[in-house]
This record gives sequence, C-alpha cells and structure tokens, in this order.
Amino acid sequence: MEDSRPGDFAPRSYMRNLKLPFCPGCGLYLLSDTFLRAVNELGHKNLDGFCFVSGIGCASWIPSPYYLADSVHTLHGRSIPVATGIKLFRPDLDVVVFGGDGDIVGIGMSHFIHAARRNTDILVIMGNNMTYGMTGGQVAPTTPLNSITATTPYGSFEHPVDAVALAIAAGAEFSARWTTAQPRELQASLRKGLQLSGFRFIEVVTQCPVEYGRKAGLGGAAQILQYFRERAIPVEESKKLSADELDSRIVVGEFFGRHRPTLVEKVSGISRRSMEIGRTH
Amino acid sequence: MALSSSVQQPAEVHLLSGNEACVEGALASGCQFFAGYPISPANEISELLSERLPKAGGVFMQMEDELASIGAVMGASWAGRKAMTATSGPGFSLMQETIGWAFMTETPCVVVDVQRAGPGTGQATKSAQGDVMQARWGTHGDYAAVVLSPNSVQEMYESTVRAFNLSEKYRTPVVVLADETIAHVRERVSSPGPASSQVLSRRAPQRGDTDFFGSREVAPMPAVGGGFNVAVTASTHDERGTRFTQSGGVHRRMVEALNAKIYNHLSDIVETECHNVEDCDVGVVSYGCTSRSAYEAVEMAEAAGLKVGHVRLKTLWPFPEEEVARLAGHVRRIVVPEMNLGQIAGEVQKVASQKVVKVNKIGGGELIAPEEILEAMERGR
Repeated sequence: MEDSRPGDFAPRSYMRNLKLPFCPGCGLYLLSDTFLRAVNELGHKNLDGFCFVSGIGCASWIPSPYYLADSVHTLHGRSIPVATGIKLFRPDLDVVVFGGDGDIVGIGMSHFIHAARRNTDILVIMGNNMTYGMTGGQVAPTTPLNSITATTPYGSFEHPVDAVALAIAAGAEFSARWTTAQPRELQASLRKGLQLSGFRFIEVVTQCPVEYGRKAGLGGAAQILQYFRERAIPVEESKKLSADELDSRIVVGEFFGRHRPTLVEKVSGISRRSMEIGRTH
Repeated sequence: MALSSSVQQPAEVHLLSGNEACVEGALASGCQFFAGYPISPANEISELLSERLPKAGGVFMQMEDELASIGAVMGASWAGRKAMTATSGPGFSLMQETIGWAFMTETPCVVVDVQRAGPGTGQATKSAQGDVMQARWGTHGDYAAVVLSPNSVQEMYESTVRAFNLSEKYRTPVVVLADETIAHVRERVSSPGPASSQVLSRRAPQRGDTDFFGSREVAPMPAVGGGFNVAVTASTHDERGTRFTQSGGVHRRMVEALNAKIYNHLSDIVETECHNVEDCDVGVVSYGCTSRSAYEAVEMAEAAGLKVGHVRLKTLWPFPEEEVARLAGHVRRIVVPEMNLGQIAGEVQKVASQKVVKVNKIGGGELIAPEEILEAMERGR
C-alpha cells in the first residue's frame, strides 16, 4: 500500500495547540496519528466536514478537544446514540465515534449492536487496550482469559467479546481489526472505513503498558507490540485453526457485511412516505 | 433572544388528552426530533409524534432504551434542532445522568415525565406525583432544575411550549412534570393559548465567537458543522469548552455561572397562580392534578366562611419561595395536598414558620378529594 509522503502530512494542522494526554508508550498516540494520516490521504485539508463524538475513557480523549473540529464528548457508553442524533440532522457530516473497549462494548454495547442493526451511517473506532485504563486497569469485557488485572487478582474468569464479529452479526457493513503493530494496514482500513457507507467499525488492539501490561505481566510497550506481532493472525490463515486454537490469537483483517439501506436513507424515505400519505388522506 | 416565529396553529378549540396536547405544543414550538422508549403512561406522546413529526419535516426515533433516547436528543440538539423525549418514572431515572450532561453542556432539550406510582415498577398505569424530588435532584452535583407542572390539558399544551422556550432561552434541560391524570383526561384546549403566543430559539453565535459556555447571561450556541469547531464536554471546562478537570477555580466559576443563569432570572421562570394570598387565615399550596381538587376545596371553604389563600405552583423548580413565603406570612396553617408522602410539603415547610399540614395519598391512582383538603383546612378552625 502507498504511504503518505512525510512532507505532505502534518498532524498538528488537524489539531488544536494542545498535547494529547496519554501515558508514555500508549498506543493511542499511534491510533490518532494513523487516523489523521488516513484523513490526509483522502485529501481532507482540515476536519471541517467531520463531527467527532466520543464517550468516557482514554480513547475518547483522542478527538476531544484535541482535534481542530467539532467534537462532542458525551457520557460513558453514550457516544453512539448522540452520534445518531447528529447524523440524522447533518447527513452531510462524516460522523466519527472514538471510544475505548469499555465505552463501546462494555457499558455501551447495546447501542453498538443497535447502531449496527440500524446500519447507522457512522464510523466507530474502538481503541481496545483490553482494560479500563483510566480508572486503574480493571478487568474489561475484552480482557483475555486468565489475565491478572486490578480486579482479577487470581486471573480473569470471563471470556472476552469478539467485537468485530459482533458488529458483522448485528448488521455492520464493514468491520476490521488491527493491532498497533500493523499501522499501515490500520491506515488502509481507516481510509476504507471513511469511504464506505452505513455502520462501519474498526477495532484497534492497542497497548496500555502502564495499567494493563504491567499488571498482566506483558511488560512495556515494546514487549506488548512484540506480543501483538506474535499473536496476530490474518483472517484467511485463521480459518485453518480451530476455535480453541484461536482463543490465544488476535484475528486481524477486514470483514464485510451485507450492504443494506442506511438509517439516513430509510429515515428520508419515511419522511417522503409520510408526506404522500398526508396528501392522499 | 431570537423570536423566530409565531405559533402557526390557528386558535381553534379541540378536545384532546394531555398527552395529545403535549404533542401539539411540541409541534407548535418547532420540535424537530423525538427519541423515546415505550413506557406507560407516556406512550400516546411517542405514538402520535411518530405520525406527525415526519410530516412536519422532523424525525421520530424509537431507541433501544431511555439512555439512548435522551442521548439521541442531545445529538439532535447539537445539530441545531429542537428535540425532546417523553417518559415516566423508571425511564426518567435512566435519563438522569444525561440530564446532568445536558445541564453541564448547556444543551437545550425538553423531557416530559408523565408520573406514575413508584418506587420501582410500582403501578405503571396509576397516577402519582412521586417524581417531584427526582425532577429536582435526580442527577448528581449542584444544578438548577427547571420543572413545570401542568394541571390541565390546556396547560399541558402551554407547558410544553414554555418548556421549549425556556430550554432554548437559557440553554438548559427543562422538565414537564405531568401525571397520568392530566396525560389521559380529555378536555377542551384552545391553541395557541395565551401563554404560548411566541416561540423562542437559542441565540446563534456570530462569526469569530469563541466562547460558547459558562456565561451567566447564556452564551450563544453553535451547531456542529457550523464552522465554529465547538468542543462540547460535560467534564469541567472553561468558556471555550477546554477541559479543566483539576482546577477548583474553573469548576466553581463554571458551575456557579450555570446556576446563576437560572437563579438570576426567577421572575421569568417561576410562575404561580395566587388567590387571596394577602387576605387569608388558611393557606393551600397545590400543584399538578391535585390542584384541581384544591381549587374546589378552596371554593367549598370560602362558602363555609373561611378566608383561604391559595398558591398553585405552575413552576415547581426553582421552587416559588417568594410566593409561598408571602402566603405563609398571613395564615395560621398551610395545607399541602399531594399524591406522594410530602415532597413539596417539605419545601413549603422550609419557608414557613407554622406547621405545614400534609394531605397525602398514594397508590391506585386515587386522587385526593376536595373534601379531604377541606377537612385539613377546617381542622383547628
């Protein structure tokens, strides 16, 4: 795939004069940078055509207030409904949701499923650091089985959610997963996510060395990235393995759902239909 | 304050239920979006709006729960539209966190709570007035709730219009605290009523404006996509929306300003209907459906020779302290009938030195009869 030439891309031109607040080694720096590179690649000189919506958690801080754009920083778990309300009245805007795994598939999971079901015209980008980083590294719905976290001192005993498969099953048009060890592939999927219509979901498995890596015994940022490289398995290859074998792997790649009318398209159809019925009665 | 248009509805007389009148008030106010979740006894509002809003160029959404409903309302409001939801006690509880978000981000919206008997699931179809304190203190932190209390179908229409006007003017959530009785009774309504002759809309910013939050005189509100790069957050933020989660000074300044923009305009927000408050021996403070019995009880008492002062609260929050204190200054006793165990009686007691007499009834949707209020007035005559 093609890279942006370094001279063409200045992330600061898309940002307010503020520094992202993440811990040293955090993968969210790379996620933000890669997203802006994808935006740049698509020819957007600024973020005027975007509206960013986020919830509560580290990943939700990526756009708010750091991007020089409209950003709505909502409650924990509620970014997707707010994004829905915005998109219905501003279909011309690219509405992009940033959130963490706790935000999107923990407290906000119901909205995630229903937005996919409705084929709501938004792109949801989930930084999955496998923990509740902001609150000190508690177990999350995405934490790998048997991990030591702040609230699972004897190892986590719940099976983690596969958000990418869930999105497709619920009706998403496009769903992708990469880790921060695959920035080029991630950039390509982000670009695709921005270009497609309907409900689009991108999960970025990202390192949280301070609150997760340390407790779970994965080590610092470099070691976690190495762990991602070892565990990542492309979709095609993953089909050769059994479900049990895949438990310890991170399946990466792109998944495509059915193309269906989007929420915005259906709502404008209802509007026309109500007017027609109004005339005949 | 932008005076965008006059209410379009011709002044006709209709026979409507309270929930239907609420819908007429919302449409007359220019409401463009409703998101809600099914719940008794508020369902007629969403059912009717699902038919009417698309014809009016608006959008109706039934969401997956109340959290999503009020969330979508927030989004529509930041997209520049007037938006509302309607619910009852349990759903209202679920919406409380976002009501706090709306207060902190200064997001105009209207929430109609058609009260039913609680706590818990309680009695889903039975009238009650148990959400008075939930409407005041339902979300966390120090905030100024604005809550209106209609006592007729006509007022359901007018309160809805007024709720939109106040929410737009002060950029704050406004609650219409109705009850199952008013929601389902059918009465004559003339629209537009005298209180609803104008429709207000939020003040838009001028090009170059950068401060959209925390003004004691209500900051202008940009819409997303308007070229203002607005950063909206309910974390503590400064006038430009930049987060300050550590500074005590910024938090105090902003939260005090959000409260001041309401409390500095009490004369515009607080409405009561006062009867004989300067010349009375016995007082009554009433609101909502219970006030209908109170009016009748006052007439009966006067016929029996009592001098009665009556304050009917059309605005519950901010609490009409001044009007109630004036009544308290003249009377031996104050009777407060309500379909809960004494939520407003406690507020009346705060401004009254004499003992407040509570008349309470809960359960089964049974209304308080005029005779019960009269009996309390006559006791100790």
